Amino acid sequence: MFRRERSIPLRGSAAALGNNLCVLHLPVCNLTHFGVVHGPSAQLLSVAPEGVPLAQRQLHAKEGPGLSSPLITQVHWCALPFRVLLVLTSHRGIQMYESDGSVMVYWHALDSRDASPDSTQAVFARGIASCGHFICVGMWSGRVLVFDIPLKGPNIVLSEELAAHPASVTDIASEPAQEPDCMADVVTADDSGLLCVWWSGPEFKLLTRIPGFGVPCNSVQLWKGIVAAGYGNGQVRLYEASTGALHVQINAHARAVCALDLAPGVGKLLSAAEDTFVHIWKLSKSRWSTVMGSVCLTPSCVVPGSVTRPAAPLL
Amino acid sequence: MSVRTLPLLFLNLGGEMLYILDQRLRAQNIPGDKARRDEWTEVDRKRVLHDIVLTMFNKSFIEELLKPQELYSKKALRTIYDRLAHASIMRLNQASMDKLYDLMTMALKYQVLLCPRPKDVLLVTYNHLDAIKGLIHDNPPLLHLVDETFRQLIEVYGCLSAGEFQLIRQTLLTFFQDLHIRVSIFLKDKVQNSNGRFVLPVTGPVPWGTEVPGLIRMFNSKGEEVRRVKFPHGGNYVIAPKEGSFEVYGDRVLKLGTNMYSVNRPMETHTSGTSKNLASQTQQSIAPNPLAKEELNFLARLMGGMEITKPSGSEPGFRLNLFTTDEEEEQAALTRPEELSHEVVNIQATQDQQRNQELARIMGEFEVKDQPRWSASKGDDLLAMMDEL
Repeated sequence: MFRRERSIPLRGSAAALGNNLCVLHLPVCNLTHFGVVHGPSAQLLSVAPEGVPLAQRQLHAKEGPGLSSPLITQVHWCALPFRVLLVLTSHRGIQMYESDGSVMVYWHALDSRDASPDSTQAVFARGIASCGHFICVGMWSGRVLVFDIPLKGPNIVLSEELAAHPASVTDIASEPAQEPDCMADVVTADDSGLLCVWWSGPEFKLLTRIPGFGVPCNSVQLWKGIVAAGYGNGQVRLYEASTGALHVQINAHARAVCALDLAPGVGKLLSAAEDTFVHIWKLSKSRWSTVMGSVCLTPSCVVPGSVTRPAAPLL
Repeated sequence: MSVRTLPLLFLNLGGEMLYILDQRLRAQNIPGDKARRDEWTEVDRKRVLHDIVLTMFNKSFIEELLKPQELYSKKALRTIYDRLAHASIMRLNQASMDKLYDLMTMALKYQVLLCPRPKDVLLVTYNHLDAIKGLIHDNPPLLHLVDETFRQLIEVYGCLSAGEFQLIRQTLLTFFQDLHIRVSIFLKDKVQNSNGRFVLPVTGPVPWGTEVPGLIRMFNSKGEEVRRVKFPHGGNYVIAPKEGSFEVYGDRVLKLGTNMYSVNRPMETHTSGTSKNLASQTQQSIAPNPLAKEELNFLARLMGGMEITKPSGSEPGFRLNLFTTDEEEEQAALTRPEELSHEVVNIQATQDQQRNQELARIMGEFEVKDQPRWSASKGDDLLAMMDEL
């Protein structure tokens, strides 16, 4: 089952964004890092066992042309097989840091000339996931940038741009553990609700398109060939990644789902929504989801949601 | 974030401002035949509201507003409302203006936060516009102006997707982030906690397009439903009865954005005891903004469309007090932290000859307008704002 751990206060409030909590657990040094977007800054917090806060750091979006301070859209730790990078997306570009946020190793500026000619669209990057030695980042235009990450150092290269989404990318997820008979590596989601399932490689290949239904897909996860998607109308849907077939539709929440997270070892999916509820679902490939538990938080707070370890989801 | 947010922010805040001013003016109403020269009458009240609505819905101002653009800073937006509130014979001192602005912003924050779905922010806006039309129903030219704005809003926002509305709502919430001023009406109605946070209800109708939570449906590979399972959700929701209307006329269904001030309802705000929040606010407001000059350019262009009437020499400005008594207002002015002063925009900027010439040119354009009433005064005010350049 799961147990609630000690609450950890942050220095500032969390912005009202989807997928706004990222966790990196380091079992070797028994530390957990948390990352939350505040607005123009992201807060990083390191915590020892029993929830004792150790260190806090603030990262800011790099300035660029524009009227106001750029806002950060997402912060995410990418755990590659050989290194961990902290990626920050904003309205100006993509920043990549060493895992503790101390050194920026790469900066990719968004080209505002790519925006629509009458500039009726905001320009931003959003949606971050790692797969093998690649890091994928989504864009307001629907494109997904694929960066090739070296073993160490700042020599990061943009290797490919995937163009399959007609609307702004909302979230990207990758398969946590490679299944032998499963080809799907990465799933991308957008504001129209469209999901694209990809096979990663020197050239990414589009495997399946799962159409939307007029509602944004705010958060997505991939587990053993199952795509889990959380939508703006409060639904959570589970699809077969290889065919796009819908297996389960859950009327999970009364407001938009703002985050999904997964404990891959035990097949538990967490959904958090703006109705103040957090639900935990048990997934299995043979029999589909049952609710294990649901919690209503103090009605005035909204939780983005993240699962740290299989036995201890963060609430 | 979204470049379509400013019109909704401006019109909704303006609507709240009109609700509050209307309520205060009614509360201080004196029958016409009994009023002294400096006391408010029904005629004065109508005149103030009509003047503000006329300025707010000015055609070129609305046109400028509807252009895709980033949101202004809090300071810049506050400047616009300072100007708007003084677009008539009414005068507010700084303490009352602060209180007015606090009430406006917290009310809109509440409405945006509680919107069932992002697109309903548009219904909140239409509720404000419907009520504004009610306030000026006896003035056909003004009604026409507001209707015209209505049509332009429908044109701009009618084709936006759910995803774009979600971005607009996130942009609005980011603008209101860390504002936790306690408002008496909200505290009394228990929609706000004593720490200034709003209570999110877990009952009532679900948004239009959402199903009541509690059902799991399972399908086979052919897409046929094979099983249904119910689960206890924890909330107490019902299906939405109908969708609100997005036309110029219609039943909005949603109550958010309607006038929550009746004659007898108090409108106190509590700023004492929130020193932590003040600290975070002041940190933001006094930090020099390197883009301030750029923002001034945009602001000047926007306010170029705002036609402000200055009262002629023989007519006194009428003072309105947002507090219950004059003594309270004086006390509030004394205890008001210095850092919250919005009167002068402090801009630390380097000398830039070219930029100064550009700004001078824009100011020059203000004075070429046909209406003779607002030439020198408006330019002077803008100059006062740019004193520090």
